Amino acid sequence: MLRWLPENISTYGQGVDNLFHAIYYITLIVLILVMATLIVFLIKYRHQEGKRATYIEGSTTLEIVWTAATTVIVFVLAMFSYPQWNKIKSPNSFPEKPDVVVQVSGKQFNWDMTYPGPDNEFETDDDLTLENELHVPINAVVHIRLTSIDVIHSFFVPQLRLKQDALPNRFINVWFEATKAGRYEIPCAELCGFGHSGMLGYLNVHAQADYDAWVQERWPQQAEGGQ
Amino acid sequence: MHDNEHTEQHHEESFISKYIFSLDHKMIGKQFLIYGLLMFFLGGGLALLFRWQLAYPEKPLPVIGASQQYMEEGEVVTGADRMWERIYESEKEEWLEVNMPNGVVEPAFYNMLFTMHATVMVFFVVVPLLVGAFGNFLIPLMIGTRDMAFPILNMLSFWFAVLAAIIMMTGFFVPGGHAAAGWTGYTPLSSDAQWTGVEWGQILWGLSLFVQGLSSLVGSINYITTIINMRAPGMTFFRMPLVIWSLFIVAILLLLAFPVLSSAIVLLVFDRLAGTTFFTATPEGGGDPLLWQHLFWFFGHPEVYILILPGMGIASELIAVFSRKPIFGYRSMVYAMIAIAFLGWIVWGHHMFQSGMRPGLGSIFMTTTMLIAVPSAIKTFNWLGTMFRGSIRFTTPMLHGIAFVSMFVIGGLSGIYMANTPVDIYVHDTYYIVAHIHYVVFGGSLFAIFGGIIFWFPKMYGRYMNDALSKIHFWLTFIAFNCTFFPMHILGVGGHMRRISNPQQYEFLQGFEGMNIFITMSAFTLGFAQLILVFNFFWSIYKGKVAEQNPWHVTTLEWEAPTPVPHGNFGQIPTVYRGPYEYSVPGEESDWIPQAQPEHAPATSGD
Repeated sequence: MLRWLPENISTYGQGVDNLFHAIYYITLIVLILVMATLIVFLIKYRHQEGKRATYIEGSTTLEIVWTAATTVIVFVLAMFSYPQWNKIKSPNSFPEKPDVVVQVSGKQFNWDMTYPGPDNEFETDDDLTLENELHVPINAVVHIRLTSIDVIHSFFVPQLRLKQDALPNRFINVWFEATKAGRYEIPCAELCGFGHSGMLGYLNVHAQADYDAWVQERWPQQAEGGQ
Repeated sequence: MHDNEHTEQHHEESFISKYIFSLDHKMIGKQFLIYGLLMFFLGGGLALLFRWQLAYPEKPLPVIGASQQYMEEGEVVTGADRMWERIYESEKEEWLEVNMPNGVVEPAFYNMLFTMHATVMVFFVVVPLLVGAFGNFLIPLMIGTRDMAFPILNMLSFWFAVLAAIIMMTGFFVPGGHAAAGWTGYTPLSSDAQWTGVEWGQILWGLSLFVQGLSSLVGSINYITTIINMRAPGMTFFRMPLVIWSLFIVAILLLLAFPVLSSAIVLLVFDRLAGTTFFTATPEGGGDPLLWQHLFWFFGHPEVYILILPGMGIASELIAVFSRKPIFGYRSMVYAMIAIAFLGWIVWGHHMFQSGMRPGLGSIFMTTTMLIAVPSAIKTFNWLGTMFRGSIRFTTPMLHGIAFVSMFVIGGLSGIYMANTPVDIYVHDTYYIVAHIHYVVFGGSLFAIFGGIIFWFPKMYGRYMNDALSKIHFWLTFIAFNCTFFPMHILGVGGHMRRISNPQQYEFLQGFEGMNIFITMSAFTLGFAQLILVFNFFWSIYKGKVAEQNPWHVTTLEWEAPTPVPHGNFGQIPTVYRGPYEYSVPGEESDWIPQAQPEHAPATSGD
C-alpha cells in the first residue's frame, strides 16, 4: 500500500515516512494476528451437535498481559514520534538562519507568495508578490510565514510531507529544505469555499544557479538579493 | 411464562396516543428506529450524488442528467432533456437549475452535499438509532422495569428530534442553499455568509442541531435516572448487560458534551445575526477561529464515542448469546468502556494538530489519543476470548456481530496513523481519515445496528425478519462496504485530499481515477443493498414468521416479557439472581440460565 506514497523531496520527509512504515507494519501484524485468530476460532468453535461451549469467565493474567503490552507499544511509538514532530513543527527546533523567507497568504482561491526582496523586510517597496508560484533553491532552508486573508486554508505539499493550516490574522512559521529540483503542486487541504477544489499553487525547486538567475531577473539591481 | 396473568390497567388507547404521541418507551424506541432508517436513506442518497461527481467530475448524473447532444447542441433526445428544457424555460429560478444544471453537480452544491451527508448520518441516523431506538426499547426491558422514569420527557425527546429534522430539511430549500462548511462547520467559513454565499442554510443548520441537543438532553437525563433508580430487585450494576452499561455511559457523555456544541452554536448564530466576532480574527474584534474548533471538538470527540460505544454493547450481547458463553472479562469490558469515555474528554486536540495549535500541545494530545488503543485492544481481545471454546451459531445477527469486531479492528488500527503527529502532518484531511471514520461508524456502529435490529425484531414486533433477505443484505453490505471504503486508505496514502470535488484538477492524483470510479460503483451497490433491509423490515412487521417469546434462548430480562410486550412490560417485575451471561454453566442441563430464574429451582427444559 505504501508504494502509493508520492516521492519524498524534503530533508525531514524520510523521518515521517519511516514512522509511517513502522506503524504500517505494526498495524498490519496486529491485523493479521487478530483476523487469523478470529477465523480459526470461527471454524474451530463453530456449533457442532452434542458439543457444548466451555464456561470461561475470563482471565486476569491475560487482561494484564494485553493491557501492558498495548501500553508499552503505544509509549515506544510516542517516544519515537516526539522528536520528529518537534523537528518539523516546533519553531524552537527549526534550523537557525533561513536561506530564504517567503510569506504565503491563502485567499479564496489562490496562494499569494510574497518575497521580502533584497532588504529582507516585509511590507517595503521591494516586496514581490506572485500568484500561486513559489520559487526556492534546492538544498536551502526555506521559512514560510503562513497566513490567510479570509478563511482557513491549509498549505499542503505532499512531496515535502508538509501540511499546515493558514489562519486569518495570524502568522504561523513552517520550514522545509527541498532536496530535488522540480515543480510540485501546492493544493489547499482545508475546505475554504466553493472554489476549494482546484485551489492550487506550485512549488518550483531550482538548482542554485537557476535560482540565482531568477533572483537576478526579479531584482536586477541587487545581485545577492533574496538572501 | 405468565402472559395472561398480567392485568391490563390501561384502557384501549386512541391511535394518536398509541402511535404518535406515545408515552410508551417501546413505541418511542420504534419511532426512533423508523425515523433513523428514513434519514439513513436521505444521508446515503446525498453520498451517492457526490460520489458520482468524484468518479465522473462534471459529468451529468445517470437518469436525471441531460444527454450529450442536449448539452452540446440543445437537441432534446431523452426524457431528462425534456425536463431540463422545461426547467430552463420557466421564469422561476428552479432549485435543480441552481444546484445541478443539466444534472451536473455544481461545486457549491457539492460542498453542501457532503456537509449534509455527514450532518444527517451523525446526528439524525446513528445517534437516533443507537441511543434513541435501542436505548428506549432496551433499557426498561433489560433492567426490569415498566417504563422510563419520565415518560413525557421521553416523548418530548422524540418530538424534539422530529422538529430538528424538519428544520434541517427546510435548509435545503432556502435561498443560498444549505450549510456548506462541512459537518464540522469551521469558522470563519461558517460564521460569515460572504465566504460561502450561504445565508439561512447555516443558521438553520445550527438551530436544528440546537433542537437536536435538547432532544439528547432530555433523553439522556431519562436514561441516567432510569438506570440508577429503577433496576429490578437483584439487578446490581455489575449484573447489567453490557449494552445497558454502554447506553448508561453514553447518556452521561451526551449530557455533558452536547451543551458545549449548543453553546458554540449560539455564539456562531450571534456572529451571523448580531454582528459579534467570537470566531472572527479581526484585530479590533478579539475573536479567534480556533475557538470554534476547540469547542466543536470538545463536544465532537466524546460524540465519536457516543457513536461507537452502544455498538460495542450490542456486539457484546450478540457475541455472547451466539457463542453460548459468558462474556470474557465482563468487568474489564465495563472498565474499558469507562476508560474510553474518560479518555474521550482529553483527546480533542488530535483533530487540530495542523490547525496552528501550539506544537507542544500536539505531543500531549498524541499521547492521550494513542492511549485509547489500550481499552480498544482490551475490548477486541475480550470479544475473541468470548468466542474461544464457544459453540458459535452463525445466525444473521451473529454475522453482523463478527463483522462489527473485524471492521472495528481495521477502524481502530487506522486511527493510530492520524494519532501519530508526524504521520498526521501528511494524512490529515486526506481520504485516510474518511476511510477511518467510515470503518468505525459504518463498519462498526451500523453493523451493530443491523445485527441489533434483526436480533431484537422478534421482541419488537413478535415476528422474525426474513432470514434469506437478511443474509443477502448482510453479504452484499459487507462486500460493498469494504470495496467502498478500503480503497480510501490507498487514496489517503496517495495524498488525495478530502472535500475536493474534482480530483482530476491535480497532477499528483491522476493515477486515482480508476479507483474513484470503483469506489463510486461500490457505493451505489452499498446503497441499493440497503433497500433490501428496509423492504425486509417493513414486510416482516406484517408478514414475517411469528416468533416465540425467546427465540434465541437469551438470559437477559427483555426475553422474560411476553411477546408482543404489553404496556407495563412485565406481569410481575422479575427478580434477578445472577449475571447476564450465564451460558453453558457446567452441571446444568440447559445451556443457559435466565437472570430471573431463582437459585436451586427445579431444572427446566430450557425453553
